[in-house]
Amino acid sequence: MALLELDDLTVTLSTARGPAKAVRGVSFALDRGETLGLVGESGSGKSMTALAILGLLPEGARTSGRLRFEGRELLTLDEAELCRIRGDRIGVVFQEPMTALNPLHSIGRQVAETLMLHRGMSAGASRREAIRLLDRVGIPDAARRVDAYPHQFSGGQRQRVTIAIALACGPDILIADEPTTALDVTIQRQILDLIAGLVEEDGMALILISHDLGVIAENVERTLVMYGGALVEEGPTDEVFARPSHPYTQGLFGARPRLGVGRGTKLATIKGTVPELADMPPGCPFAGRCPLTIAACDAALPGPVELSPSHAARCIRLDVALGVS
Amino acid sequence: MIAGISFERRALRHPSFAIGSALILLLLATAVVSLIWTPWPPGELDIPHKLALPSAAHLFGTDSLGRDVASLIMAGARNSILVGVIAVAIGLVIGTAVGTLAAAAKGWVEEVAMRLSDFTFAFPAILSAIMLTALFGPGIVNSIIAIGIFNIPVFARVTRASANSVWTREFILAARVAGKNRLQITLEHVLPNILPVIIVQATIQFATAILAEAALSYLGLGTQPPQPSWGRMLNEAQTLMFQAPRLAIYPGIAIALSVLGLNLVGDGLRDLLDPRLARQR
Amino acid sequence: MSLFLLRRTVVFAATLAGASVVIFLVLDILPGNAALTILGPDAPSDAVAALSHKLGLDQPALARYFAWIFGLLSGDLGVSYAYDTPVAELILGGLSVSLPLAVMAMALTALIALSLGIFAALRHNSVLDTGVMGMSQIGIAIPNFWFAILLILLFAVRLHWFAAGGFPGWGEGALTALRALILPAVALAVVQAAILARVTRSSIIEVMREDFVRTARAKGLTRRAALWRHVLRNAMIPVVTIMGLQFANLIAGTVVIENVFYLPGLGRLIFQAINNRDLIVVRDCVMLLAALVVAVNFAIDLVYVTIDPRLKVQAP
Repeated sequence: MALLELDDLTVTLSTARGPAKAVRGVSFALDRGETLGLVGESGSGKSMTALAILGLLPEGARTSGRLRFEGRELLTLDEAELCRIRGDRIGVVFQEPMTALNPLHSIGRQVAETLMLHRGMSAGASRREAIRLLDRVGIPDAARRVDAYPHQFSGGQRQRVTIAIALACGPDILIADEPTTALDVTIQRQILDLIAGLVEEDGMALILISHDLGVIAENVERTLVMYGGALVEEGPTDEVFARPSHPYTQGLFGARPRLGVGRGTKLATIKGTVPELADMPPGCPFAGRCPLTIAACDAALPGPVELSPSHAARCIRLDVALGVS
Repeated sequence: MIAGISFERRALRHPSFAIGSALILLLLATAVVSLIWTPWPPGELDIPHKLALPSAAHLFGTDSLGRDVASLIMAGARNSILVGVIAVAIGLVIGTAVGTLAAAAKGWVEEVAMRLSDFTFAFPAILSAIMLTALFGPGIVNSIIAIGIFNIPVFARVTRASANSVWTREFILAARVAGKNRLQITLEHVLPNILPVIIVQATIQFATAILAEAALSYLGLGTQPPQPSWGRMLNEAQTLMFQAPRLAIYPGIAIALSVLGLNLVGDGLRDLLDPRLARQR
Repeated sequence: MSLFLLRRTVVFAATLAGASVVIFLVLDILPGNAALTILGPDAPSDAVAALSHKLGLDQPALARYFAWIFGLLSGDLGVSYAYDTPVAELILGGLSVSLPLAVMAMALTALIALSLGIFAALRHNSVLDTGVMGMSQIGIAIPNFWFAILLILLFAVRLHWFAAGGFPGWGEGALTALRALILPAVALAVVQAAILARVTRSSIIEVMREDFVRTARAKGLTRRAALWRHVLRNAMIPVVTIMGLQFANLIAGTVVIENVFYLPGLGRLIFQAINNRDLIVVRDCVMLLAALVVAVNFAIDLVYVTIDPRLKVQAP
């Protein structure tokens, strides 16, 4: 049994212009200790998928499909049960370290809060554990700085604190949603290495969400490409990077100069912009922007086509797509 | 997203703006009509018919001196509007000048102007009116001045804050590169851009001014008889609370509806003029 | 002491000094001859001269100002012309009514506003939320003295639960005295609470959208727990600011409401002093009220420091 299993997960948001599907029939499974990357532009549904797993979707959002953690269905689980899983079994690191911490509570208190909540630790024990965790994520002089407040830390250090919060209870899954996007380039590498190291030491499963192909390539075993709320391609990271097959993935990779490509070859660009959720085409979300669009593309969301036992793409014109590339 | 819909259509769909506008129109119409027609001459004494119950002849009845309450309420609308308009104008003109000057000049000028306005906050309208009337005696002019003075720091603060944010925008930089001086920029770019904020604040201060005038007149410090005033009417009604409690009802409702209308329009305008805020509500 | 507190203390002292200068200028220099104002334009000139001397008006302005300030600081506020009693005694008597009234009204304001604001924020965009906000919009529009009259009509004239006004004095027992302050406190509180409830609601709704609340929820806190542990304290910062600004309105409101209920408080004292042309009493009372407003806002700054650790930056 997979640790986490998504089956045809759909998230419908209520927007000013009526209901809009932010996640469309996403299915994937995550095994214990596996690392998985979700890549796509902003608005592709990566973060909504993460929030759906956590049960923290915005108000008015509706879900359908299946979302199972250790075989338990999370979508129908009551709030109290969900709260027992969040923060204990599933930890999360968000994008904005500057605003992710409560400015009025000391960092030690914010780390300890998770421990007191899920482990029932006393104030003293949770404080000692918080110091150990802060030390582990690389906060220098953690024993002294445990009582300091968020405004006394840099962005990179604050992200270390949110990682300590996420790790406090030794979760089975760590979700990192664009954990380095808001940070300086020099700090990005340190934070990614920290996450990778901690994931490996604790044997956690990782869902790394990023728009940055480089971040995905270096940190996860399997890559899922999302566009317009749908999973358009998935496979082992090596295979997806070696043989991007969906026209969107090809477009995304087009801007990356690759070895072995002839000197005169033009870099591909993707025409147009991502449509608003409410304007998504009814069939393949990429239809219209895709150079290979035919009438049939608008009929329905294409099913996955296997390129290898572990690599699949949702496109009805894969033959042409692979031919041109 | 909603840019396609005209301002008028959005305004009509905004419930609080629509209700507020209706109330304000009612207030204005009452004041205008009272200039040419009231059921009875406002303030005309008719002692034999004092404390008459509401009837066809006297819609809201008569007061202790036989005056027609409906006519007094109509004429009182004029008084409230007069006080509101002048008091807001005083605060708006001086306050906006101080606020935009502070934002344009920066440095110690801004610091001094804002500390001064902080300081006047320690004197609510009633306190300054009390001081003024202690010196010059009660009256409508003194109460208008007192309310107007109280409005100055309110406008100064609001305009300075919005002017400061306008000063950071690119088109200001462009104007400065083009060699415009700070006064020209303030008049040509800053003022038009902060106009919506000023309009919203003026609406809300109008409501505050009506409340303050009513309170001062109730205390006997504001509008003096025979000039009809809602606050004054409440003062007179209180002495007759046991004989004719209804007299305390009508002027209060008139004040509350006017203030409600202005506040609703103020809130509505804030939403309509600033789509960013509208989405948050 | 933190830099923030140091700066606020300086501003506090400067504002008090500024207020005293303005009050002195307005009430002592502008009117020309205060003795003439007191006695009226028809008074015989020797009476005016005698009173001028008694009031110290023949001294230079600067000397009079400092005499007044030193008097204030040493508790000697002069003698009321109309009552021939020390002003300090009159003011203490007034304070013994006004202070409990203001405290009761402020406590009631906070109680009503916080519960309604939290209630509405938790039901954001629901019918109940709209209902509460509509009621508060009406509450803001109602003049407090009219609401006071309505309360008297209902609870005194119709139901006879309370007296229509007056104050029995603390000698009659604390409960009897407090009972006389209930209607005035409600009248003062309801209108202010309407404003504060709106501020509370929008502040909570705003803070609930903050990233750190999502972090708290991701830790496994329920909505309610996140509200109590993380939202409220952050949301209180603007609420406390508005409460400070409202205190000035409360002081002004007290003056009016005391006149509605015939309470022998500071407001009534000022009012009578104006009618009696008792400028010394007016001056000291206005100074006291202004000082109270400034002091409460200073106290609010102290509250900030306990709420917000970002303000505890140490002075160099």
